[in-house]
Amino acid sequence: MLTPATVSAWLAGLDGGLLVLLLMLPVVGLLLVLALGGRYAGRVVLLLALLGLAAAVAVAAAVLQGGESLSYQLGGWAPPLGVRLGADGISAVLLLITAVVLLAVAVYAQRDFRPEPGAAETRGSLAFWMLLLGVWAGLNTVALAQDLFTLFVALELLTFSAVPLVALDGRAETLAAALRYLLFALLGSVLYLLGVVLIYGTYGTLDIALLAARITAADALPPSVSVAAALMTVGLLAKTALVPLHLWLPPAHAGAPPAASAILSALVVKGSFFLVLRIWFDLMPGLLDLPAATILGVLGAAAILLGNLMALGQARLKLLIAYSTVAQIGYLFLIFPLAASAQGPTWALGAGTLQVVSHALAKGAMFLAAGIIYAAIGHDRIRGLAGVGRALPLPVLALGLAGLSLIGLQPSGGYLVKALLQGSAEAGGAWWWGLVLDAGGLLTAAYLTWVLGHALSGSGAPLTLLKAPRRFQELVVLILALASLMLGLLPAVAFDLIAIGRSLGPEPIATAWAGAFGWDGLAAGLLPVLAAATLVLIFGPWRGHRPTGALGWPAFGIAALGEAVELLDARLRHWPVAGLSLLALLITLALGLAVGT
Amino acid sequence: MSGTTLFGLCAAALVGIGLYGLICHPGPLRKILAFNLLGGGVFLLFGVIAKRGGGVLTAAGTGSDGDPVPQALVITGLVVAFAATAIAVALLRRLAAVSGRDTVEEAGEGDPRC
Repeated sequence: MLTPATVSAWLAGLDGGLLVLLLMLPVVGLLLVLALGGRYAGRVVLLLALLGLAAAVAVAAAVLQGGESLSYQLGGWAPPLGVRLGADGISAVLLLITAVVLLAVAVYAQRDFRPEPGAAETRGSLAFWMLLLGVWAGLNTVALAQDLFTLFVALELLTFSAVPLVALDGRAETLAAALRYLLFALLGSVLYLLGVVLIYGTYGTLDIALLAARITAADALPPSVSVAAALMTVGLLAKTALVPLHLWLPPAHAGAPPAASAILSALVVKGSFFLVLRIWFDLMPGLLDLPAATILGVLGAAAILLGNLMALGQARLKLLIAYSTVAQIGYLFLIFPLAASAQGPTWALGAGTLQVVSHALAKGAMFLAAGIIYAAIGHDRIRGLAGVGRALPLPVLALGLAGLSLIGLQPSGGYLVKALLQGSAEAGGAWWWGLVLDAGGLLTAAYLTWVLGHALSGSGAPLTLLKAPRRFQELVVLILALASLMLGLLPAVAFDLIAIGRSLGPEPIATAWAGAFGWDGLAAGLLPVLAAATLVLIFGPWRGHRPTGALGWPAFGIAALGEAVELLDARLRHWPVAGLSLLALLITLALGLAVGT
Repeated sequence: MSGTTLFGLCAAALVGIGLYGLICHPGPLRKILAFNLLGGGVFLLFGVIAKRGGGVLTAAGTGSDGDPVPQALVITGLVVAFAATAIAVALLRRLAAVSGRDTVEEAGEGDPRC
């Protein structure tokens, strides 16, 4: 008999064994897929993804109900010699969102990679599913591992699975993009590993809980640990593609097959960000009070502005969405300077975690919708989208709904993130972060209008579709977009999950939007967005047919600004420039951390 | 100068050379080699720390003066670096076979030299 009492008793009886299950599912899947071959791979992964979602929900429910982290020691060995797995609130959130997006992509890609009956298997039919399982294994390990070296291995597993996903179709451009991604990510992981060595050399252990106890007990950070923190952080920033280290992201995310792009953009970059969270919030919470945290915030603000401006100038839909990812990554890093404000780190951590979830849902929906459009009309040039709104209403609707979440309108996840960030900024008297948030929202509204305006405009002749979209694919995309838009309607207790397992400030996250929802707020948020959209509709170069297809910088009389932004981005994404910015960032951060203590 | 200091300095030099090569050499093959040098420096540092001793086992009074944990970590790190090199070389070979290109700069970008 399934009553609430029996369910809660069952959840209370769950110990960390469930965590091992989450690590084993993808690995068992890899072996199964290898044995069964590409013809059945899709269905096996679909089944495993369903099981994985159930396990992730069980972990989240157990953490939420118990009010404390789950923990499991492998082989019964305690740290520092043994390896410990653990799931606190944010781990549970990462496990959940990974399982949800993975399931959506597994459903979406069922037919894309399956060989025709009677035809020979292609390389992609097996490789895609194995790499997908590899990404899943990497992300679950990132969520659960509790020592710095296991986290290194997990990140490498994640990168090695993600890189070939980029080059799945084997074209020269995507191979070059994948190689570029791999080499820059390797630079990042070596720097991270160097930081790990320094920490081990100083404290003789790598277990996060033990290290945190020793680090907070000391009066000041030893110089080696300041340097190690800078090395690990910058290495992870290279893998997260925070401006100015974003050289690899746009070609890699825009060139991959749509199902792979969705995984890369929605989940893979979040893995390394999650590790930055672990380092700054769990391992060395003292860092958040230092001025060095402002450096991360400034880079985040630069990412929001540069990414959104660049998105506005793209001619191709997938590149536009990739640059939008560059911008959305920026929001993740605004939380660091705001964590020291009056609300304590709770709101900042809540904003970061919610942004991970909200962006994963929205960006998954956008890339998959762009994939349907690309498959149906054979290209993704924004200026050639006329008539798509009539021919493919559901994907265009999903694009629009996911875009609303990126703008940050009620009741979307993006709105919650902005409410938390604005609240912390105002409490800390740092109003300028709010300006960045507003500017980002308006620019997002502008490029969304640009895309939807083209898609909804009529074409003279009815569009002939190369390939009719499949209904289940359209539904998956729409569900993801709706989930992102409706995130704010979750019951308030769900947000308390984020704070479980850590002693943070006094403010529960749910109180942040006690008065945030309402018609007044909706209207206040909607008006500037509508104004930006109207400006684009009136002044955008809708009739012009410039081959570059960039949005009408000339029409606004600010052509120079558009060109300057594009030049800046091209320079920053030049390999030696990116490498030198990485070194400069490393030195600045190390000095900032060493001087601050 | 003690052995650990000497090897520590060697590790720092390797890391420096590797970083220089990875950032400044335009060719991907050189970048891959530079990555291996850089990794070699980091692994050497693990060795130095193992030799320096201390760590869990010494604290537990096992009587050994070295620390075996970094060696276990290095072996894992070597496997990871080997896998990374294999993937990078495979991608590079494929890229050269498909297009004859051997650069990771995007088409149309300016002078690839540092």
